[in-house]
Parts: sequence; structure tokens; C-alpha cells
Amino acid sequence: MNSLELLFQAPILSVQLLIDGILIGSIFALAAYGMALVWGVMNMINVAQGEFVMLGGYVALYAAQAGLHPFLGIPAAAAVLFILGWLLYRVVIFRVVDKDLFISLLATFGLSILIQQLANEVFGADVRTLYSGLGTIVLLGGQVTVSEIKLVGFAATLILGACLLLFLKKSRLGQAIRATAQNARAARILGIDTDRVYATTFALNAAICGAAGALVVMTWIVHPYLGLAYTVRSFMIVVVAGLGNLGAVVAAGLGLGAAENFAGFLLGAEYQAAFVFSLLVVILVYRNYRLGRHRKYLK
Amino acid sequence: MSDQTMLVVDNVSKRFGGVVANADISIQVKPGEIVGLIGPNGSGKTTLFNSIVGFHPIDSGSIQFLGEDISRLRVPQIARRGMLRTFQQTRVYDGISCMNNMRISVPHRAARMRDMFAHVPPEIDERAEELLEFVGLFSKRHLLAGDLSFGQQKLLEFAMALMNGPKMLLLDEPTAGINPTLINGLIDRLRRANADMGITLLVIEHNMRVVMNLAQRLYCLAHGEMLAEGAPEQIQNDERVIAAYLGAH
Amino acid sequence: MTESVRKLLPILAIGALALVAPYVLPDYRIQLALLWIMILFALTWDIMGGQMGYNSFGNILFFGLGMYVCAVVQRDAGLSYYPGLFAGLAAAAVLPVVVAAVLGSGLLGLRGHYFAIGTLGLGIAAGEIASGWDYIGAGSGMVTPLYPGEIGARQTFFYFASFVLATVTFLALRRIYSGRFGLAVNAIRDDEDKAEAMGLHTTRYKTVAWSVSAFFLGMAGGLVGNLNGFIDPRDVAFAGATYGVFMVLMAILGGKGTLWGPVIGATIFHITQEVFWTYLLGWQRVALGLLIVVIVVFFPQGILGWAKARYPERFGIRVEAAAEDADGR
Repeated sequence: MNSLELLFQAPILSVQLLIDGILIGSIFALAAYGMALVWGVMNMINVAQGEFVMLGGYVALYAAQAGLHPFLGIPAAAAVLFILGWLLYRVVIFRVVDKDLFISLLATFGLSILIQQLANEVFGADVRTLYSGLGTIVLLGGQVTVSEIKLVGFAATLILGACLLLFLKKSRLGQAIRATAQNARAARILGIDTDRVYATTFALNAAICGAAGALVVMTWIVHPYLGLAYTVRSFMIVVVAGLGNLGAVVAAGLGLGAAENFAGFLLGAEYQAAFVFSLLVVILVYRNYRLGRHRKYLK
Repeated sequence: MSDQTMLVVDNVSKRFGGVVANADISIQVKPGEIVGLIGPNGSGKTTLFNSIVGFHPIDSGSIQFLGEDISRLRVPQIARRGMLRTFQQTRVYDGISCMNNMRISVPHRAARMRDMFAHVPPEIDERAEELLEFVGLFSKRHLLAGDLSFGQQKLLEFAMALMNGPKMLLLDEPTAGINPTLINGLIDRLRRANADMGITLLVIEHNMRVVMNLAQRLYCLAHGEMLAEGAPEQIQNDERVIAAYLGAH
Repeated sequence: MTESVRKLLPILAIGALALVAPYVLPDYRIQLALLWIMILFALTWDIMGGQMGYNSFGNILFFGLGMYVCAVVQRDAGLSYYPGLFAGLAAAAVLPVVVAAVLGSGLLGLRGHYFAIGTLGLGIAAGEIASGWDYIGAGSGMVTPLYPGEIGARQTFFYFASFVLATVTFLALRRIYSGRFGLAVNAIRDDEDKAEAMGLHTTRYKTVAWSVSAFFLGMAGGLVGNLNGFIDPRDVAFAGATYGVFMVLMAILGGKGTLWGPVIGATIFHITQEVFWTYLLGWQRVALGLLIVVIVVFFPQGILGWAKARYPERFGIRVEAAAEDADGR
């Protein structure tokens, strides 16, 4: 009996896949929101987004080895990545922020290669994971299992997302960030230090990715080449959801998680990566086609 | 039927979020005319242009060019049908020479695949040089377009538009940023393009002297609505128009 | 010596060097062959990224496709070696073009940065799919047929094949850049909105540009598969992390948007890479990433771009000393 038949024969399997997918999709949404932030505020696409996630995973891994409770890996990763993001901005990114999108695209592409290979050299290519020490919950009379850490991950994502929203809406820096996103020149004229806004935004994004990475290593795995898939996922979600809407980003993220999970089941685990990357192409083409019918196109 | 009017804009509306940029605008342009579009800043003139040439979708109404509904066509399709526009900020291809800018501005209506790999025929070069001479850029023809001054780029953009052999040209503030002593020359060239090359013109202008001299008919927009239309002298003395301009300052 | 002969001299010198190289340095034949392949990589990337402004991070897709197609034809067509190779190369040229046209019809309607990210996933997806498909050997890859000749003749043969292909690519590009195609892609690069507003068939040109890349990359893939003797889906065919990245770097290093820039960049890069390979090993790839960042940020115009800015007259660019304006400013 092949996988598709299995799904129809045992609908409970779909529930399992759906729940797992949604839970992991929340992490995708988190990384995607960071990308949308950088894109909206700094007008650049951070191709190294996934690498920040990957690094966050390693930070959590080594923090746990150093004796820290796995959950503390999340803030630890966020903090370390925040600093790294800030440094990267001050050394490299500030030079490409006001150039055209291509230069920043190429620069962050180079950065992603650099970080990826550095991680390979320093950490080794092995796939690693972090055991959170949590168990699994059993639902629906033993037919559906949900690992507790994934629930924690989901909750963490929601909390982080809410904190982020609050920060952007209420705090002065958050408002400065939003003002810069709308009109950088006007913001500057009004006295906002856009350079600091950019640095903060980039660092914040890195921190978000770091936290996401810590969640990823606990709910799944980490390895040096994890990054590209997360960059692609984030990008897909942003394309579908648009830049402004956190709700849409979350929905798209959950949807993607579920879709990936189903695809992994139906096509086989070895094709899951292929699915993700192929889906990107499909989404881009379809989205552009739909816009084209209304005289618009993806800008 | 449709041969009488070249462009019919029929009750076109366009809003951006909460802002109504164009509300039920209707204009008509007959072949061979020079029509002016005036109004204070923010009255929706460029938005109307963008709607006509396909830059963004319109919310309601329809636009017809030479009898064909172009409301849902895309920019290159409309351009290939013979309606071009120039940009307020002046857009040319910075990285290539003026001659090359001209060479690539030939009409692409009937372009076939094999034209892609063909060398540029000498007739094209001749025409390009002719037009560059017409706008006074002949001596600069081998310079990079990006190295020209703003005023020169405006002239290049105009020459490129002529090179394309359009039936109708929408000009967005063609004299803005040009040295006042040279404006008369530009007005003259616009008139010649209209009379000798048979190009119908729809011109957005802020410079009253220019538009009075150039246009045969005027439409005046204010706050996204059509305020008045008529001959230049009429419009000049129309109280509502005067109020709109004064009020806008 | 006449003017035209003098101009040709450097070309002839390079040509002569190229012809004797495999005999003078027989131990390096594979690396020499790869030099020509690198030049081809840079040239074909430059059509998209340099001349047209569409950074493609997935050109490796066509290279890998061509490699597999050629090998499959060689394996299954039941022809003897040379006819099989010839048929394989023909297929390796055609299939990638079809793929480019099909994918392009969707992907190339997008603006540059969407195209860039979209193509990023393509090469990886292809590698993943190839690793799982048994017909083409899945993870173990494929082996290309044994070369009918004495030991070492294979390297020499494919060296010359690569040299010829790279030269043909260069000449073909030179030809199309000199026509309307070159103007159109430059216009798309400089201002795509404007090009559309002038009625240019932008999607058509973009698709043809990508198809031209695919054409030559496909054949290059076929050659490298045979030069190597074996095909590994992720490391040789869809080698996104190596060749795929090299393509971008070499073209920018030499000066994108020019004909000779990619050639210069590829030559310098390849020779440097071969020299440093032994010293850096794994860190080489780290250095690669660093190099991209450094070049993109500090030296985006590349060698030839820098030279053009410094000595514009030598490149036929006219510059006016004191610009008197048409508007008297």
C-alpha cells in the first residue's frame, strides 16, 4: 500500500501530519517575519537568513553542553545572534544598505556561503540534535502523538511574535523602525538616526533567527547546510503573505509547515528538500501570473 | 466610430488605500491634437497617465485607444500599440551610449525572433542621428546616457520616444527642469513632432506659458476630479481654475 | 605589421598557448580543461547577471542537466563511442534549452531579485531529485563510457573539446552582443520599466538569454561528465556550492557586463584556486564566501570595470572634459 492510500485508509494519519506540520511551521513563520522586517525597513533581502537560524541552533547546542538548560538556549541564541547581527551590520551591511537590491543580494549571498562553510569547518558536517528532555503527549486515544517540545516551540513562537509586535508598536525604537520603513528620508529629516534603526533591525532579525534556530535544534536537527532551506522558506512565506501582515505570515508559515510534512510523507523523506525548493518556483510563478492578470507584477 | 477619437478615457477612478487619486475622470483626445492636462500638485495628473499606459490597474471605468479597450492590457502591450509616455523624473538607459539608447528604441510591434540577432541596419542609425540632431544632441551621441545632464537626458528621452514612431505621446512635464532660455526651442520641437510626424500629444504641464502656447485644448484637474475643460483662453480665465491654483498654494 | 594583425597578435598568442598546453603540461590536462570550462561558466553567467542584470544563482541546473542527459544518451542509445558522445552532446545542448524556455516562461516574468532567489532553489532541488532517482543512479551517480584510446588520451581529447566549446561560446556571445540582442538586454538591465514602456518584448529577450546560457552550459556539462569519468549528483553535476558559486564570483571579479571580464576573472580565479587548494583545503570555501562579500562591496566593478573607469578612452568610451550642457547649465 503506497503512502497516498495509507492517508485515505487512516485519516488519523493526516491529523498527525497536520499537527506536526503546523507546529514546525510556526518556526518558519518566525524566521519569515524577521526577513520581512529587514526587507521592509532596509529594502534588502537577507540571503543569509537561514544561516542565522543555523547558527542559533549551534549556540543552543553548545550552551547546553556548557551546562545551560536547553530552554535557556533560546534566549542565549537570540542574544549571541543579536550581537553577531549588529557586528555584521557595522562591518559589512551598512555599506550595501543604500545600494540597489542586487548588491545587497549578492553581498548577503556571499555572507551565507561564508557562514555556511565556516560552520562546516568549525562544527563539522555531522547532523546534530539537542534533547530537550521533554516527552510526548498522546491525544485522541493514543492515535496522535505530539512531542511536547514542539508545543513549546509553537508557544514560544507566538510569544516572541507578540513581543515583537508590541515592541514595534509601542516602543520609541519600534516606532522609529516603522517610520524608517515607510520613508527613510523623511525619518532622517525628522531626526531619526536611520543608521541606528538599520543596525537594530538587522540585529533584531538575527536574534529572531537565533531563537528560531534554538527551537529548530530542539525539535529537529542542525547541520551546517540547514540554512538555505530556511532562507527559501522565509522568502516563500514573505512572497505569499506580503510585507506588512504578521497574521498572514503566521498563516503562511503554518501552511507551509503542514504542506512540507505531507509532502515528506507522500514523496519520501529524501524528496522533502526537493519539494521545498520546487515549491518556491511554483509559488513565484503562480503569484506573478495572478498579479499579471490585474496589470501588476511582483515588485 | 472609433477612428474619430484616438483616446477615450471614460469615468476612470483610481484610489490608493484611502486616497482617491482619480475620481470619474473622462477625457478624449482626437488624432493630431495637442491636449494639455493641468492642475495643482497632487491633483492626480500623473496617476491618470499611469492608469492610461497600464502602469497600474484602474478601479472603475474604461480606457480605449484607437477603438480598442486597453483597460486591462499591460504596459508593453499598450506601448506596442503606439502609445508611449515620458517620465517626470526622466528615464533613459544610463549604462549605454545615446546612440544605443536610440537604437533600442525602435518600434517593436513587428519584431521577430530573427531581428534579435540581426545587426542594427544603417537606416536605423541614420534615423537615430536625424532625431538626435532634431533635439540638439547630435554632438553628444556617443556619450554614455548616464553622463548627460538632466536637461540633456530629457531631450534624449524625447528623441527616443520619437524614434519609436508612436501614434500618441503622453508627456509628463516635458519642460520641468529645463533652462528657461531653451524652453521655446522645446515647444517648437513638440509642435513639429505633432505637425510633421503626426504624433498626437497629451501633455501634463505646470508651466502656464508653455501650455498656453502649445495646447489646443486643456483639461484641468483638481483634487482628483475634473474641474474644467476648454480652450486655453477660457481655462485661463475660469474662476474655478484660478481658485484651485491659488487655493493649492 | 598592419594594424589589424597587431590587434590579433594577443589572440593568436593565447590560441597558440592553448594548443600546446596539454603537451607542455601533461600532468595538468584536467585542470587546463577545467580552465576553459570555468571561462565558459563565467561567460554564460555574465549574460544573465552582467549584461542583463538578472543574477541567476541556479545556472548550475543546466550544467548538471546536460551532464546527465549526455551520460544517459551515451549509456542507452546503443551507439559506439564517438557517435554516442556526439548524440549525447547534442541532447545535452537541447534539453537544457527546453527547460530554460519552460521554466523561463514563468520565472522570467519576475523581477530580478525574485528571479535570483527563485533560481537559488533550482540547482539544489535538481541535486536533491537527482540523488533520489534510480534511473540515473541516484546517490551513487553514473559512470560515463570508457574512452577508446590509450591511457591519458581521454584528457587530451576533452581538453581540446573544452577549448573549442569555450571559444565557440565566446565568439557566439560576441556576435549576439553586437546586435539588437545586446542592446535589449542592456536596456533591461539599466531600466526594465522603461524598456517595457518602450514596447520591448522583455520576457522574450530574458528567455532567449537564459536559453543561450543553458545551451552552452548543457554541452559543458556533457564534456565534464566525460572528462571526469563519473557523475556525482551533488558534487559534480549540480555542484551548487562550488561551481555554482564560482560562476558568480568569476564574472564579478573580472568585470561583469563585459566580454573579456569573465574570461579574465575565470582565468585568475582558476589559477589562484588551483594554487591555494593544497594550502587551504576546506577553508577554501570559506575564503570563497569572504571573497564574494569583499568584491561585491568594495570592488563591484571588477578588474575590467576598474580599468574602464581609469582609462575610458582605451575602451572607446567618449568622455567630455568640460561638459557644456544643452540647457546652458
